[in-house]
Amino acid sequence: MFGYYLSSLIRAFPFFLKGLWMTIEVSALSLMIGTVIGFVVGIARNARIPVLHSVLGIYIDFMRGTPFLVQVFIVFFIFPEWGLQLDAFSASILSLSIYAGAYISEIVSGGLDIIPGGQIEAASASGLNWFQRMVHVVMPQAMRPILPPLVGQYVLLIKDSSVVSVIGLTDVTRVGWLTVQRIPEGLMVFGLVGVLYFVICYPLIHLSNAFEKRLRLQEFKLG
Amino acid sequence: MLESFNFLVILEYLPLFGQGMIATAWISAVSTFGALLVGIVSCMMRLSPVSLLRILAGAYIEFIRSTPLLAQLYFFYFGLPTLGIRLNEYQTGILALSLNSGAYIAEIIRAGVQSIPWGLIEAAMASGLGYFQRIRYIVLPQAIGVTIPPLLGQTIVLVKDSALLSLISVMELTRAGQLMNSERFMPAEGFFTTALCYLILYHLLKAFSTWWQKRLIFRPA
Repeated sequence: MFGYYLSSLIRAFPFFLKGLWMTIEVSALSLMIGTVIGFVVGIARNARIPVLHSVLGIYIDFMRGTPFLVQVFIVFFIFPEWGLQLDAFSASILSLSIYAGAYISEIVSGGLDIIPGGQIEAASASGLNWFQRMVHVVMPQAMRPILPPLVGQYVLLIKDSSVVSVIGLTDVTRVGWLTVQRIPEGLMVFGLVGVLYFVICYPLIHLSNAFEKRLRLQEFKLG
Repeated sequence: MLESFNFLVILEYLPLFGQGMIATAWISAVSTFGALLVGIVSCMMRLSPVSLLRILAGAYIEFIRSTPLLAQLYFFYFGLPTLGIRLNEYQTGILALSLNSGAYIAEIIRAGVQSIPWGLIEAAMASGLGYFQRIRYIVLPQAIGVTIPPLLGQTIVLVKDSALLSLISVMELTRAGQLMNSERFMPAEGFFTTALCYLILYHLLKAFSTWWQKRLIFRPA
């Protein structure tokens, strides 16, 4: 029986690869959108404009304080009531992006905090406008502490993308879930799903660690 | 947008949400306790001089950290029965949550343990303390102080992760929202109430964490 299940799992393997591709696609798209949201919100929040600051604070608080599953349900079930019809794919991308954006904005705003105010003043006194200050003075320095946790956040995003399988997106977790209905070997099926996630996430975790090590070395040399 | 928001139905379902909140709280508490045990043991293994234990613990930690909780949950939910192990949904969920958070906690504790200067351990050895005495009297009292804030952070993550247990039909907060959605077709009322309950839990834990950190800084010498 085991051999039969194994051979049918091997026959189902192309579907797993398809699911994996869907996972990568969804994660990559929401990663990009989430990063943009995160940087915009992070910079806006760091500017400390009274009303905007607290509005963005509520957004971040909501995203960090509720489970991602509940957020997916809110996007998928409630947004249609408000007239925004979304299919599973766009609902997944929307919920993942605004979720990751909240976390990334905290990382960005924390990175901006390390820039001494004197540098900004010096840059303004030299006649640089806001955009030039950001590009030439602030970001090159802020990117160093931002990068390691940012890559770590991408790993979390890829892992959290498994949750969107519950609204019917055929990513690798859902392929596993569908397969286990026909091949009742849960250990084998979800072992395979785990290995597929591992192949993507493990190198990224090490990339994040490598960035962090480099950052510490640089600080050591500078300090 | 919310003109059709029906508070009466929420009132009617309030007992269900209360029940869900209690379930989420105790499931999280039990899983946190389990995760602490798993974390301490796997951290001890990871730092042990025996290379087999080190490799085993390392593989466990890396594999858990590189795969999503949902896949792990399904792995146990669909996988354990094929091994002849029959656990109900609650036990499966608590097992998955404990093993998942345990790997993260092991890394948190490892960072705490490694923040202790090696000279202290050497001094303890020179004073004739055994392995467990060193851990009990030298390592843990110092490591616990710096690990409590990230541990509380992990607890917050665990409370939110426990929402996934609703997918294997454990009756908790998210499940309460799902039930309300499917029985009354009121997703807005159901899921916003669920979100509000989680926000309450989140802020309670966060306030506790802040309080602890302040205590840590202003502790009388």
